[in-house]
Amino acid sequence: MLVFLTRRIVAGLVLIVVVSAVTFSLVYSDGERIARLILGPNADQAAVVQRAQELGLNEPLLVQFFVWFGNLLHGDLGRSFSNHRPVIETLVNRVPVTLALVGLTLLVTLIFAVIIGLLSAYKGGWVDSGLRTFGVFGFATPHFLLAIGLVVLFAITLGILPATGYIPPAKSPSGWIQSLILPVTALAIGTIASASQQVRGAVLDVMKQDYIRTLRSRGVPLRAIYLRHALKNASAPGLTTLGLQFVALLGGAVVIEQIFALPGIGSLVIVSALKSDIPIIMGTVLFLVVVVVIVNIVVDLAIAWANPKSRV
Amino acid sequence: MSGEPAALGTPELPTFIRQGTFRRLAKMPTVWIATVILFTALFFSFFGALLAPFDPNFTDLNMVNMAPFASDFLLGGDRAGRDIFSRLLVATSNTIGGAAIAVSISVAIGASIGLMAGYYGRVFDALGAWLSNLIQALPGIIVLIAVYVVAGPSTVTSMIVVGILIAPVYFRLMRNVVISVRNELYVDAARVSGLSDIRIMSRHIFVVVRAPIIIEMAYIAGIALVIQATLEFIGLGSPENPTWGGMLQDSFNALYISPFAILWPALSIILTVLAFVFLSNAVRDTLGDPRSSGGKARKAIVSTPDSRATADAGSTHAFLTVRDLSVAYPLSKNESRTVVNKVNLEVNRGEVLGLVGESGSGKTQTAFAILGLLPPEAIVDSGRIVLGSTPLLGLTEKKLNALRGSEIAYVPQEPMSNLDPAFTVGQQFGYAMRKKLGLSKAQSRERALSLLARVNINDPERVYDYYPHQLSGGMAQRVLIAIAVSCDPELLIADEPTTALDVTVQAEVLDLLRGLQQERSMALILVTHNFGVVADICDRVAVMKDGEIVETGDTRKIVKHPEHPYTQLLLSSVLDNVPMRAPLEPQAEVRA
Amino acid sequence: MSREATPLLQVKDLAVEYRSSGWRRPANRVLHNVSLDIHEGETLGLVGESGSGKTTLGRSILGLVPVASGQIIYDGRDITRARRRARRALAREIQVVFQDPYSSLNPSLLVSDILSEPLRAAGIGGAESRRRVRELLDRVGMPADASERYPVEFSGGQRQRIAIARALALEPRLIICDEPVSALDLSTQARVLDLLIDIQERTGVTLLVISHDLSVIRAVCHRVAVMFKGEIVEQGSTSSVINHPTQMYTKKLLLAAPVTDPDEQRERREARRLLAETEAVA
Repeated sequence: MLVFLTRRIVAGLVLIVVVSAVTFSLVYSDGERIARLILGPNADQAAVVQRAQELGLNEPLLVQFFVWFGNLLHGDLGRSFSNHRPVIETLVNRVPVTLALVGLTLLVTLIFAVIIGLLSAYKGGWVDSGLRTFGVFGFATPHFLLAIGLVVLFAITLGILPATGYIPPAKSPSGWIQSLILPVTALAIGTIASASQQVRGAVLDVMKQDYIRTLRSRGVPLRAIYLRHALKNASAPGLTTLGLQFVALLGGAVVIEQIFALPGIGSLVIVSALKSDIPIIMGTVLFLVVVVVIVNIVVDLAIAWANPKSRV
Repeated sequence: MSGEPAALGTPELPTFIRQGTFRRLAKMPTVWIATVILFTALFFSFFGALLAPFDPNFTDLNMVNMAPFASDFLLGGDRAGRDIFSRLLVATSNTIGGAAIAVSISVAIGASIGLMAGYYGRVFDALGAWLSNLIQALPGIIVLIAVYVVAGPSTVTSMIVVGILIAPVYFRLMRNVVISVRNELYVDAARVSGLSDIRIMSRHIFVVVRAPIIIEMAYIAGIALVIQATLEFIGLGSPENPTWGGMLQDSFNALYISPFAILWPALSIILTVLAFVFLSNAVRDTLGDPRSSGGKARKAIVSTPDSRATADAGSTHAFLTVRDLSVAYPLSKNESRTVVNKVNLEVNRGEVLGLVGESGSGKTQTAFAILGLLPPEAIVDSGRIVLGSTPLLGLTEKKLNALRGSEIAYVPQEPMSNLDPAFTVGQQFGYAMRKKLGLSKAQSRERALSLLARVNINDPERVYDYYPHQLSGGMAQRVLIAIAVSCDPELLIADEPTTALDVTVQAEVLDLLRGLQQERSMALILVTHNFGVVADICDRVAVMKDGEIVETGDTRKIVKHPEHPYTQLLLSSVLDNVPMRAPLEPQAEVRA
Repeated sequence: MSREATPLLQVKDLAVEYRSSGWRRPANRVLHNVSLDIHEGETLGLVGESGSGKTTLGRSILGLVPVASGQIIYDGRDITRARRRARRALAREIQVVFQDPYSSLNPSLLVSDILSEPLRAAGIGGAESRRRVRELLDRVGMPADASERYPVEFSGGQRQRIAIARALALEPRLIICDEPVSALDLSTQARVLDLLIDIQERTGVTLLVISHDLSVIRAVCHRVAVMFKGEIVEQGSTSSVINHPTQMYTKKLLLAAPVTDPDEQRERREARRLLAETEAVA
């Protein structure tokens, strides 16, 4: 188990380095171009060159990367091109919002996906077909369209929830919840739709196995078989999906934050992209990869719990 | 789903197109609607620019935020005073074209690497898997944003990147299908037949993978379309050409002034994506198991829950009586196939009955009918089954559960697949004993350990904590037998309990079954195809053929003097009775 | 040519290993220095339980698993590590019939395509190939119209006949039959084995029959080799091995297989118990 964990952590670190190196070489490939983007199209050539020099953009790419990476080890991600504040500071302000959004969504997804998936598999019939149709619609409707629909309905037409903005939990816990209801719903519906179908499929697969019949032959009630045996055996494929869902959620959060004007890293990265604020983009990519790596390790551990065969 | 493609991408896919698929598809209304929508989209993506009544960038300040159906601008004007309808038509080609790029790139990259990885394994496989994990670890939108920073707004570039991001879906699909096909014996046979690798791939592997690839294409197209719209919506699209996502962004910004304008691009996107997804689902369902989509009937249908059964239950002395039992499976609405036909059986306490037959003779179906474990679609046409004095047919699941384990128990054929892989041996014992015998945790553990020792498992303490994958086949079968007898059943039904085992292990398991049966004087029904097993353990035999019992009687009598021609045929086919092959005579080597 | 002449196939000190999936774990050796001769025109049986390595031995002769050490010599040529091209040429010499007639025939191909596959690979096509397919079906007792149907439409025994026809297509000198009847029903088993014997008597083809079932071996093999844990523990003519086994394992194997006569089976059970006791003492 320890070997397994170490191996996963090392693999995760390698992934972090590789992704940051690739992203770095991509976004920093043309220093002068960056300087020009910052200064605007009308800036003269000398100013551009000077600016590039100031920012260290004329150094060889490899050197720049090692400088960046060295600073990273000291907890320094550089400064924003636009407001010159440390990237780390901006991230620290923004991260809690995104984590709250994604974390809540994941929790909601987990609960509903398991309930809906089990119900769909257990009940069958019209319950199943109804839930499956919901699944297809939920899967096929893009997050942002759903978000718009929710804003139109709940914020504009009914006026019962705030359309945009974010209230920190420290300021008002109920306000915090209210400000997150619509974003979380918009983000969760699609995820619930596909995750519940995965749970349904996985549960039905398990129910086809020989050992289920043997369990029934011992007088174990069907309900107990579903809740105990089917769910545990279905959780390995389910958890794998959840890991992928999490990555998808981070992507979805970018759009949702933009629509609901939530000050998370998603809206940050869009604004930075439009302003070519590259240190911020690098910082965000790094943060996301670290989160993904951690989540995947957690998922692997959970799978090892559910599937004894993988514990080697 | 705006970020990641893999969410729905990995369910089991059917492997080859069955005949009549298209006919069945053509009957589904969703398929028709989806096809019409997609053809419309395709048509406008080619001719939209020609058919648009206005230039997409023509502005008329009178038309700013014009309501729909109120002017020359059919669907109204946007906030710059441009014709929404014309822009929608022109945008179609960008949108569909972008999706096409993404799909082609992902198929080209994912499928070819997946093919190599699956067929050659090793380095290709490791590299491919690593790359695909790498790609899947990144939120796609973030990658696209980074690309935007470098390459600026370009639909083509971003759709190529989307194609690369989606490629892992194809990689996995292709790799898994190819690996499963590569291990098929027919591929080995092709190799031995002298076919080259390329021939094998094109002939045997391509045939199998083409259907899943095509099905997945519709999905991927839908996903690509959504990602593209998302990018444009957050302002990272190319501003020169109208796009659905870009129009959405425009109208979102004017949401309070002109709420209808958002409807048109939103509808276009949703309808097209839904069409892709529904089409893909329909094809997948049609190619897959025709019954898999329903899952309607949960309980076996017992058409004649026999009330007479109680009345004459006492009339026979046998412990288990089966009378006129018939089991059928529906083929269509009006037809059904009978697999068990008017079967009569009796088993006494302390007696071993062999149920012998070839595959398809209905012997296992009979056993499952007694256990009440027939699949939901099975129809028990008639008959009754009485255990002791309890009629079993028509009992509620709850009442059956009360009998299962403590009155009737079951030993399956395939030991490895009949233990739940996620629970230890001890946990698999637990439930029944605690519920049925009311034992405490410690008591049930003690009982389980003594049962494990009884079935000749060395070191029961250790095996108690083993997971099934740590057991050998013989050990697993012993464990299953121990669990089956753990609540002191009166009747044990063993379905081919030794068929999956080696001969030497088979002999030991038969010894064990005989021993347990004798010390507990259980009734034992042993389902088998092997007359040797019958001779070893059974007191009486019933020979089944095509769902009927053709002959029944004392083992010695049946084996030595079979009366029914089928029994005679079976016994004469037993290879023990075939003469031994004579040693090779030198003159036989004429060819040399 | 006498019996004592060069065997058609010689296996010398063959060892096969499977790589373990884990990194740096020792490879799993499934065959230990196995030696074996097969003479032209004979049927050699290879009997053993699961994990004995009997199937691996067959697959290594076919070139489907890599050999760790030792030699496989066919008709005087070393084919242990034959390259792809040489291996493809061997298709005319060595053929195979697999255990499972369900997965050994591609379900999406017509029977005629399945049978013409080896012919096409050998450069035989067109009318000649069609004629040969008809001939092959006839030889295995299948109707000629079978060629335009799919494998699903046939029973297990019929499929196995198709698989045998495919093996015969290139008129090989050696056919390896890996558990040729163990997936078949009892009444079909005897008929498929009869077909194999009949074909051998007519064409003089050499057979290597791999089976876990001594009664199959007994019915078709001139000689038999008993395998246990990757080694050949006993070898000899079928009658001597079955009637006078010398090795403990062979005795156990022989006594473990139940016979259909209840009285005889009772005696065997007793004999098996005694054998187990003597083994426990020893």
